[in-house]
Amino acid sequence: MNVVVLSKFVPNPEGVPELGDDNLIKREGVEGALDPGDEFGVEAGLQLAEASGGEVTVISMGPDAGATQAIRKALSMGAAKAVLITDPQLKGSDALVTAKVLAAAIKKQEFDVVIAGVESTDGYTGTLPMTIAELLGLPALSFAKHIEQADGKLTIQRQTETGYDVVECPTPAVITVTAGANSPRYPTLKGIMQAKSKPVDQLDVAGLGLSGEDVTPSQTVEAVNPAPEKAAGEVIEDDGSAAKRIADLLSEAKVI
Amino acid sequence: MTKVWVYADVGESGTVNSGALELLTKARSMDGAEVSAVALGPGATEAAAKLGEHGAATVYASDDAVYADHLAQPAAHALHGLIQEHQPNLVLFGLTYPSRDVAGRLQALTGSTLMSNATDLVDAGKAQTQIFGGTKIVDVALGGPDPKLVLFRPKSFPAEPGGGTAEVVPVNAEIGDDLKVATRTERHEEAATGPKLEDAAVVISGGRGLQEAGNFKLLDELAALISKSAVGATRAVVDSGWVPYSYQVGQTGKTVKPSVYIAVGISGATQHLVGMKEAKRIIAINKDPEAPIFKLADLGVVGDALKVIPALTEEIKSRKG
Repeated sequence: MNVVVLSKFVPNPEGVPELGDDNLIKREGVEGALDPGDEFGVEAGLQLAEASGGEVTVISMGPDAGATQAIRKALSMGAAKAVLITDPQLKGSDALVTAKVLAAAIKKQEFDVVIAGVESTDGYTGTLPMTIAELLGLPALSFAKHIEQADGKLTIQRQTETGYDVVECPTPAVITVTAGANSPRYPTLKGIMQAKSKPVDQLDVAGLGLSGEDVTPSQTVEAVNPAPEKAAGEVIEDDGSAAKRIADLLSEAKVI
Repeated sequence: MTKVWVYADVGESGTVNSGALELLTKARSMDGAEVSAVALGPGATEAAAKLGEHGAATVYASDDAVYADHLAQPAAHALHGLIQEHQPNLVLFGLTYPSRDVAGRLQALTGSTLMSNATDLVDAGKAQTQIFGGTKIVDVALGGPDPKLVLFRPKSFPAEPGGGTAEVVPVNAEIGDDLKVATRTERHEEAATGPKLEDAAVVISGGRGLQEAGNFKLLDELAALISKSAVGATRAVVDSGWVPYSYQVGQTGKTVKPSVYIAVGISGATQHLVGMKEAKRIIAINKDPEAPIFKLADLGVVGDALKVIPALTEEIKSRKG
C-alpha cells in the first residue's frame, strides 16, 4: 500500500507566530518545525506502508527553507521520498488554491491512500483534506483516531462529539488523522543520515500544470486589529490561603 | 436581497446542532436577508420547526439515511445541487465534524471561497476571525464567485428563537453508488456523567501541571461538590491519553462560556485560550508566574495545583457544613 502524506512547516508551533507587514504569517526566515499534528499523519502513513510493503511519499508546499525542514523530518522518520512545491506565486494562498496545488501534486503519484492531519497548527482551517478528496473524486475517512487495514479495505474509528463511529471504505481514499491517534516515532540517527540522500522532487505552479488564475486567492486579509483587552485581574502567591480566596470568588459567583 | 443559507447538522430525533441555531439568529438580523436552512439525514423534517423558529423561512430537508450513513459525499453533492438551483449568496456552517467535511467537499464543487473559524459576519462579503488566542481581530474580504462558504466557531452568536415557521421543501437528490463508498458500520457513545461541558456553569480543566493522569481525580472530587460543574482538559493531556477527547476545551475541542472557569496547571496555549476566554470569571492555578493564562485570569494563584485543589475541596466541604 503506497501512501502520500501531506505535511506542513509551521512557524513556532508551541508559541505565537509573527505577522508580516502584509498581515500574513511570516513563513520565511523564522524558527519552525513540521506541524506537530502532521507527525501523527506521517506515523500513520508509515504504519500502513510497513504493514503492506509499500512506501510513503511526503508532499509539502511552502517557502523552500521551511518546507524542506518539514520534509526532512518526515524523511528521517522513514518516508521514502518527497515532493516539495515552492513558488513565490503561492504566497498568501487560500484554502482552495492550496487544495488545487496539492491535488495536482498527488495526481502525479502512485498511491492507495492520502493521509493528512485534521487541521494545521497555524491556520486551523480544517477543511483542506476534504476539498482535496473531492477534487480527486475520492471517498474519505475523517477524524480517524485509530486505523486498520485488511484486504484493500480501510477501517477507522472516527471521532465524534459524543464518542466514535466505525467507518470503512475501500482504497483509494483520503484519511485525516487526529492528534493523539498514535505515538509518532523519533527519527533515529540512521534515519537522519539516510534522509539526506532520499529523493526530493521540486515543483512549481507551472510544473504542476496549473495557471496563474488557478492559484489566485479569492480571500484577502483587509485588516488586523487588536481585540479589546480584558482588565487585568489579581495574581496572588499561594501562602496557604489561596483555597479560601478561590472559595470566596465561587460564593460571589453564586456557584457554591 | 441576500440569500443566506445555514447548513444544519441534525440528529435522528430531530435535534439540531446549536451552532446552526446561532447562525440562523444572526442571519435573520441581517438587512434584506432571505434566510433558508438545509438539513439532510434522519430527523431533518422534524428539525424544521426549530430551524423555522430561529429564522429559517424555508428548510430544504431530506430524512434519507444515506446522508448519515455515508460520510459527507452524499450531503455535499445534494447541497451543491440545491445551490445550483437556488443560487444563495452565502452558506454558513457551524464548526462541527460533519459540517467541516461537507463544507470542504462543497468548496471543490462550487469553486468558491471558504473561510473557517469565523467569529463574526460583517456583511455578505466580509467576515471576522480572531487569532493568537483572541488577542487580534482579522477582517477577511470574501471574493470570487457566490456562494461564499463560512464556518463559524461555536457560540459566536446567541441562539434566540424569533417565533417564525418554516416552509419545508423536500430534497430529492439522486445519490449515485459512487458517493456511497465510505460507510459507517457502528456507533459508540461514551458514557458521560454530569452536565455537558458546553452547558456547565462551572468548568474545571486540567493541564500538564497536574503531572500525571491519576491526579485528574482531584478535579473530579472538586467537581462533585459544585452543582452544574464539568471537568475539561487541554489538548496536551488529551493527546497524552490522560482523559478522552470529549474533555478537550480549545480550538480543537469544545468552546465553553461558563460562569466560572478554573484552569488547573494550564499554561495557556493559544489553542486552549480560544475555547475558554469568554468565560465570565477565570481562575487560574499555575506554578509558573509567567504563564500566559494569568493575563486572562480574574484571580491567578501562583502555586502548586496538587496542594491548592485538595485545599479548595476541603474548604468547600467545610463551608457546606
